Amino acid sequence: MTDDGAAVVAAVEAVAERIEAERDHLTQLDSAIGDADHGGNMARGWAEAADAARDLDDPDAEAVAKTVGKTLMAEVGGASGPLFGGSLVFAAGELDEGITPETAVAFAETYLEKVEDRGDARVGDQTMVDALTPAVHTFKKSIEVDDLPPVEALAKAVDAAERGVAFTVPIRARKGRASYLGWRSVGHQDPGATSTLFILEEVLDVAANRVGVDVPETDASSPTIPDEDPDEAADDGSAAASEDD
Amino acid sequence: MVGIVVVSHSERAAEGIAEVAAEMAGDTRIEPVGGDGKGGIGTVPDAIEDAIDAAAGEGSDAADADGVVVLVDLGSAVMNADVAVELSEAEAVIADAPVLEGAVNAAVAATDPSATVESVREQAEAARDIEKL
Repeated sequence: MTDDGAAVVAAVEAVAERIEAERDHLTQLDSAIGDADHGGNMARGWAEAADAARDLDDPDAEAVAKTVGKTLMAEVGGASGPLFGGSLVFAAGELDEGITPETAVAFAETYLEKVEDRGDARVGDQTMVDALTPAVHTFKKSIEVDDLPPVEALAKAVDAAERGVAFTVPIRARKGRASYLGWRSVGHQDPGATSTLFILEEVLDVAANRVGVDVPETDASSPTIPDEDPDEAADDGSAAASEDD
Repeated sequence: MVGIVVVSHSERAAEGIAEVAAEMAGDTRIEPVGGDGKGGIGTVPDAIEDAIDAAAGEGSDAADADGVVVLVDLGSAVMNADVAVELSEAEAVIADAPVLEGAVNAAVAATDPSATVESVREQAEAARDIEKL
């Protein structure tokens, strides 16, 4: 197995363990605004995915990510299957040269793009996109603009995701089953955004462990939620205009 | 020949809808697919991909395959079909149509010798305007 392949297997195992530990928490969040199956579905899916990843014979990072995505698609069910799993299957291709800062950014961007396309949600709809979008944009900016080491960039992304999860509480759901609740969805934390944060936290932990550094302190005091792609940020407000479509 | 795939959260619903549509379908390939693969309610992208490939006539004469129109029922069936369409090598499109009426319309349209994926999808989507009362 390549080092990168082993790292992805380790990350998937850590995620499976964390989601299992948070199973009741996620189900509790989902019972408030959904059908109370997010914890159970995700725990089963990630456990199967970890098994499938371990069973691979001498895999590279792309092969592990693809297998995990395929397993999640088949096992998680509901909309979370295609969103978490389907997006991973397609993003996996970005890791065909292994994991570098550049391929990690490409992977994150493709993953986000697939989630957005498939779920047709954007920031502010009270979905996983509220955690994922600021995380991916922050990661990209930290690597490409601020030139931070990957683990520090990932820590910034986790911090952004954390604030994104907090952002789902006071807003109204416009996608997914919670949207049927209308204003009653206000005041509830989105389960998909929450599990997205847990996944990112575990990836950070494994990445920090791999390069032998402590997990960097995150900056929870920062008030902004970066929901603009750094590429588009300079683009004179056209991103804001498209919000009205 | 344009193939048709019927996706439902229930395997039996998919089979039943395909059965109804087949009455109008001549020798058009109609592939039903549904359920979570374990006897429960749900949809699985891999199974949908296999159905698309079968409806496209993969393995048979390549000139025979003019693509596939996919009919879907609710919610995550749409997303899972979307993933399957992207994974499949076959030219496949999802019709934004009621699943049973759309499948019947698509079956009729597919019997036209000059049918294309677009013409079949258009006819399937025309089923949205069918008034019953």
